[in-house]
Amino acid sequence: MIGRLLLRALPGCLACLWLVACGERPWNDPYEADTGARKIYYSVFQQRPKHLDPVSSYSEDEALFTGQVYEPVVQYHFLKRPYELVPLTATAVPAPRYFGKDGNPLPDGAPDDAIAEVVYRITIKPGIRFQPHPALARGADGSYVYHALRPEEIARRHTLADFAETGTRELTAEDYVYEIKRLAHPHLHSPVASFLGRYIEGLDELAQKLAKEQGTNRGFVDLRAYTLPGARVIDAHTYEIRLKEKYPQFVYWLAMSFFAPVPWEADAFFSQPGMKERNLTLDWYPLGTGPYMLTENNPNRRMILMRNPNYRGETYPEAGEPGDEAQGWLAARGKTLPFIDEAYFSLEKEDIPEWTKFLQGYYDTAGVSSDSFDQAIRLSPDGQPELTDAMRERDIRLLTSVQPSISYVGFNMLDPVIGGAEPRARLLRQALSIAVDYEEMISIFANGRGEPAQGPIPPGIFGHRDGAAGINPVVYTWDGRRPRRRGIEDARRLLATAGYPEGRDAQSGAPLVLYFDAIDSGVDTKPLLNWYRKQFAKLGIQLVIRATDYNRFQEKMLKGDAQIYGWGWNADYPDAENFLFLLYGPNGKAKFQGENASNYQNARFDALFLKMRSLPGGPERQAVIDEMLAIVRDEAPWLWGFHPKSYALYHAWYGNAKPNMMARNSLKYRTLDPDLREQQRRAWNAPRVGPVIVVLLVMMASAIPAWFTYRRRQRAGAL
Amino acid sequence: MIAYLVRRLLYAVPILLGVNLLTFFLFFVVNSPDDMARLQLGERRVTAEAIEKWKADHGYDRPLLWNAGAHGAAALTETIFYQNTSRLFRFDFGQSDSGRDIGYDIRQRMWPSLAIAVPVLLVELLLAVTLALVVAFFRGSYLDTWAVVICVAMMSISGLFYIIGGQYLVGKLLRLVPISGYDHGLAALKFIVLPVIVSVVGGLGGEVRWYRAIFLEEMSKDYVRTARAKGLTERGVLFGHVLRNGLIPILTGVVVLLPLLFLGSLITETFFAIPGLGSYTVDAIREQDFAIVRTMVFLGSVLYIVGLLMTDVSYTLADPRVRLE
Amino acid sequence: MTLFGVRFVFLATDVLLWLLAAIVAAYAWHAGRQEHLRAPWREVAKRPLGMAGAVVLAAYAAVALLDSVHFFPRVESGGKAALAAEAVSAFDVLVMPLKTHVEATYSAPLASYAYEKESVDLPGGGIAREYPRLRYGGAGLGDPAREHRRDVLRRSTIGFAAGLAAEAGIACLVIVAIARRRRSSVGAAARLVATGGAGLPWRAMLGVGAALCAFAGIAAALGPHYHVFGTDKIGTDVLYQTLKSVRTGLVIGTLTTVVTLPLAFALGIAAGYFRGWVDDAIQYLYTTLSSIPGVLLIAAAALVLQVHMAKHADQFGSLAARADLRLLALCVILGITGWTGLCRLLRGEAMKLREVEFVDAARALGVRHGAILARHLAPNVMHIVMISVVLDFSGLVLAEAALTYINIGVDPSMESWGNMINSARLELAREPVVWWPLAAAFCFMFALVLAANLFADSVRDAFDPRLRRDIG
Repeated sequence: MIGRLLLRALPGCLACLWLVACGERPWNDPYEADTGARKIYYSVFQQRPKHLDPVSSYSEDEALFTGQVYEPVVQYHFLKRPYELVPLTATAVPAPRYFGKDGNPLPDGAPDDAIAEVVYRITIKPGIRFQPHPALARGADGSYVYHALRPEEIARRHTLADFAETGTRELTAEDYVYEIKRLAHPHLHSPVASFLGRYIEGLDELAQKLAKEQGTNRGFVDLRAYTLPGARVIDAHTYEIRLKEKYPQFVYWLAMSFFAPVPWEADAFFSQPGMKERNLTLDWYPLGTGPYMLTENNPNRRMILMRNPNYRGETYPEAGEPGDEAQGWLAARGKTLPFIDEAYFSLEKEDIPEWTKFLQGYYDTAGVSSDSFDQAIRLSPDGQPELTDAMRERDIRLLTSVQPSISYVGFNMLDPVIGGAEPRARLLRQALSIAVDYEEMISIFANGRGEPAQGPIPPGIFGHRDGAAGINPVVYTWDGRRPRRRGIEDARRLLATAGYPEGRDAQSGAPLVLYFDAIDSGVDTKPLLNWYRKQFAKLGIQLVIRATDYNRFQEKMLKGDAQIYGWGWNADYPDAENFLFLLYGPNGKAKFQGENASNYQNARFDALFLKMRSLPGGPERQAVIDEMLAIVRDEAPWLWGFHPKSYALYHAWYGNAKPNMMARNSLKYRTLDPDLREQQRRAWNAPRVGPVIVVLLVMMASAIPAWFTYRRRQRAGAL
Repeated sequence: MIAYLVRRLLYAVPILLGVNLLTFFLFFVVNSPDDMARLQLGERRVTAEAIEKWKADHGYDRPLLWNAGAHGAAALTETIFYQNTSRLFRFDFGQSDSGRDIGYDIRQRMWPSLAIAVPVLLVELLLAVTLALVVAFFRGSYLDTWAVVICVAMMSISGLFYIIGGQYLVGKLLRLVPISGYDHGLAALKFIVLPVIVSVVGGLGGEVRWYRAIFLEEMSKDYVRTARAKGLTERGVLFGHVLRNGLIPILTGVVVLLPLLFLGSLITETFFAIPGLGSYTVDAIREQDFAIVRTMVFLGSVLYIVGLLMTDVSYTLADPRVRLE
Repeated sequence: MTLFGVRFVFLATDVLLWLLAAIVAAYAWHAGRQEHLRAPWREVAKRPLGMAGAVVLAAYAAVALLDSVHFFPRVESGGKAALAAEAVSAFDVLVMPLKTHVEATYSAPLASYAYEKESVDLPGGGIAREYPRLRYGGAGLGDPAREHRRDVLRRSTIGFAAGLAAEAGIACLVIVAIARRRRSSVGAAARLVATGGAGLPWRAMLGVGAALCAFAGIAAALGPHYHVFGTDKIGTDVLYQTLKSVRTGLVIGTLTTVVTLPLAFALGIAAGYFRGWVDDAIQYLYTTLSSIPGVLLIAAAALVLQVHMAKHADQFGSLAARADLRLLALCVILGITGWTGLCRLLRGEAMKLREVEFVDAARALGVRHGAILARHLAPNVMHIVMISVVLDFSGLVLAEAALTYINIGVDPSMESWGNMINSARLELAREPVVWWPLAAAFCFMFALVLAANLFADSVRDAFDPRLRRDIG
């Protein structure tokens, strides 16, 4: 019966296959039919962004979207290295002016304690307009169309596309000031509000006042009615930010989304009752002046950015660093941005499909996961990474760069065994610093994509030193060409001096057991944690892994209960201060809820930190940093870990691919050649039908003996 | 019969209350509102004030079960439990902890789940019944022995292997369909082919063996022997009697599953990046989104109870001798 | 407890697993003396496929039981003898070379070179990428290119022969025993065994035994000198991992039903026996539990468990104890879903038994309820429990892998097939493909589940062909 069924169905199936095969598109094309020829950038998101509201958005995956939509006053230069701030909507990069207690201006070199107020005056360019948005739509009489909706009018709508009319208006200084006030909003949760409250005049006071007066107001909290001494409008295009104390790195904060403009209309629109219940909030639909606007936000499937028709026409940079010309990264100089019309980000949770789709040409760029590394990259005889032949055949390109970040393992300095400044614990930490072989870890778990850290400051940031002068003498020696990790005997000797010969307490004879606290993210962390156990076992120390969930881990860190823990830091801004503050005593996590997760405290280091902060880049600053590094290297509050390197792969049709680790808004600089992409996709994705037909034939053949048995039985049954 | 159904429905209320209480306890025994706040606020530069503010904003600053500070009925109602539960019973699922409308998400994600689950059910049923019938027909022959051994072997392979193998073979080596993803409307077709095939193959072994047993049992009954003695062909016996009577237990077994199809499959959906309710649940579990998990557990229980009711009704339809008292 | 100079530790699952083994042995002894129990088991023993499955199960059980004896061995440290810091199991001692032969990273089965190139400093400066020799795999070879194949062949032949010899020895013992019992000649007994007329399907059992012995022999011969199934990402022997996973699989497969058994047993019988409000309350309890879809209930409970264990992590001194408790708790959680089905079955059975004459008589004589339950009801529903343990076994072993994927399975530090499959998922995307961890987990898991399914089939057929529908 089955055989007959198949026989009947097969011609039909084959006809179907043939029809599809003759069609234009490959069978495995995951996109809509008409998208191939458009200038659409295809990429992925692994986790849906939690916040797209600029006051609460702080993570990298959110910046992928907010960076393209919102425009702070300054941005990082796309091409130049070291990273450099350039104006975005401002007319110039803001410079601080200092004032004393008596209100008189002070010169730049004035001592810190003489400064009572720091003022940044910022002027923005005129004529910049917001993206078209229903919140800004106005009727003929000038009143807002959608600001007084009845509940039943909202009930029908679920996305922004359900609002027919849109409007726009010019960006003003008021919008920037309004956003700064939003940091104090009673129902918005900005992760940096209390940190910035230390600096911005009156921010904390405003937050308290708002909590008292508007705490129960679930509707529109009109922040325009409140004044904030730290942020004032001067005229339509000028505003001032006032800080309570000197904070030279503050200008970098101005490049982050916390200081992007938000029109009050957005809050008025989204805070109407019923909006939030329909997923209509600024957290889901950002509203900015940037080159793109988020038109579809379906966190279950995909997010789409479209070109902002009101974008003012910023141009591609005229100059870069040496070598950019040769790469073709300056060919677009002076041309109007952006080049790409749309960007599709699809939800992709597993690495395998993501990588396969990249190879099939359905994603334009890809990172290199550890598991696909050997397929994509090999190391040349001189140790440089290069693409494998399989990649070259498809004309895939590779770019590498060291990330301004550090991945380290910290010791909790409050712990009675491993922490503290006394020699017993310090020598133990030093011994472990030698024993945990990060070179091996980078080669096993990151395929060499990382640089062992010599201290907290990553390469490419002022304060980091290359070569013999930059090594950590506790762990490394210099062999004339590169740093060499000290042998395990050195570690054993340090351990014995510390009072734990062969990993046992010299007095009691009890084995030394240490505890490693980690976030249990399942199978992917298991080999790494086991690797740590192996490293500690080299010294005869038993390492117990206390893997917990995310919350428990955070709680432990906050309480200072962890002993040894894995941690990392991504630069907020390219300055040594952003890394050294991770060891600054008053930033201790357990006591002050700061970012110093090791709770490290050293008076000399703290004093030097304050000095370093306000010094301009130069030999004097370098000397201070060198001394700070010497202190922490000897005390070894961290196993310094490594600075990850990012390897980015992209297809030949994707242009201006220069990686920029600080700028989050680089999509506007990229180019695409959709025709080439379409051609290649077709060439790479011809389906293989042969094996399927063979399998079907074999199945049919196996039915033949059954058929005979059936006939025989049929006859037997009839008898 | 109406009275019976009403009584069963009323009986469902205490059960659902129990389910709710259970999941509520399971969660808040360990998952404090502080944790939820921390998870939502991210990890950099978060302070205790920010956490307090989040809790107050999301209604998690109330006591869990009993509000000692309030008077009268408010002692019960001004609690996290009451506020959450009463809404669930009105099928108002409210907002997830990350601030999305759960009801809207469920309505959206229901369709992809059904797009996978319904074809799987139909194809599997058709294929398994056909194969089981064939195997039953050849009972006692080499075909039967081998079919049973193959079925047991197929049952002994973990479902994960089927998925991994299917993706590798069909998606990567043969390039016949997209390896994962989803689209709406007709375009969804190419995305659901692979998950459907994989799910059907994965479940086939068990189903065929199980249906074969049902058919064999049916065949050993007296009326079949009588029919055969009357001179009916084997085919006539098989289709006229065995299939018809064997289908009754099979179909009533399927009925209880029908409402649960909405919930989708946790693993298949996650592997193939299908935005259905199964992957919704897995994500919520991973992100410890209490509101979603509770809603899904509640919904699952409701659907299960509906399924049981439908089974009762279908029994009376299939067999007039059964009376519901 | 200290014995032979080593200190024994008793993990919760160790104790339960041995307890279970003891119960099974006691039951076998008991069943052997009761004709009504012996009859269906004799029926089971007649089926060749089922008994072949039983032999495989016995081999797995032996590994698991050996792996469930944990102790701190004595080590030399700085001239003094002391206890090791980490507990090992008796099985570890047996396969010590597998545990200690750890490479740096991946290596293919039986390889003597690493699977990936590594940067090596050249004497003249500069770096070359080449495949380094393994530390242990094929370490004894002077020139692997020439000697490798011959060495592997020689060793595996020796192992194979030794394995078969051992099996031949067992066969001889069996034949002699049969000859003794039947008071026939050895030749006649051998003929009986070969034709399958000796009561038990010895031919099938000895055949499977031969395959097992041959495999064990080859593994034992090659194990100390090569990595038979290669090594994983951090260089651990994959054969060792799969063998250690046996215990995890068996614990989940058996203890899940066993740990929730007292509850299901007590409540089920009580509900069926007492009726009235007791019955209502118990029915409400299990209807509520079973109306939550199984996976959701498991997921929710496992999540809670994880958080709970994480919160109280300090109470668990060692990694092993922690992972072990998590495993046990996982069994309990999985048992919650199976529990209700068993409870319902037992309730029905108890309701039937309650009306039987001897129970009626006991009640009329004024025997206390407790005594009736213990003496008359409990022994008569025992077979349902046994069968449900057997039938649920394979499903539970498979469930472990799936749950581990959703991140609610066993502790990541514990060897389990679920964990192996999970990491292998990523390895398949590597180029060249790392296939051996997946293949090894697949083979071992498949063999166990297949054997269990075949055995369960025989048991079900022998006891009650209709039972499956109510349980499954």
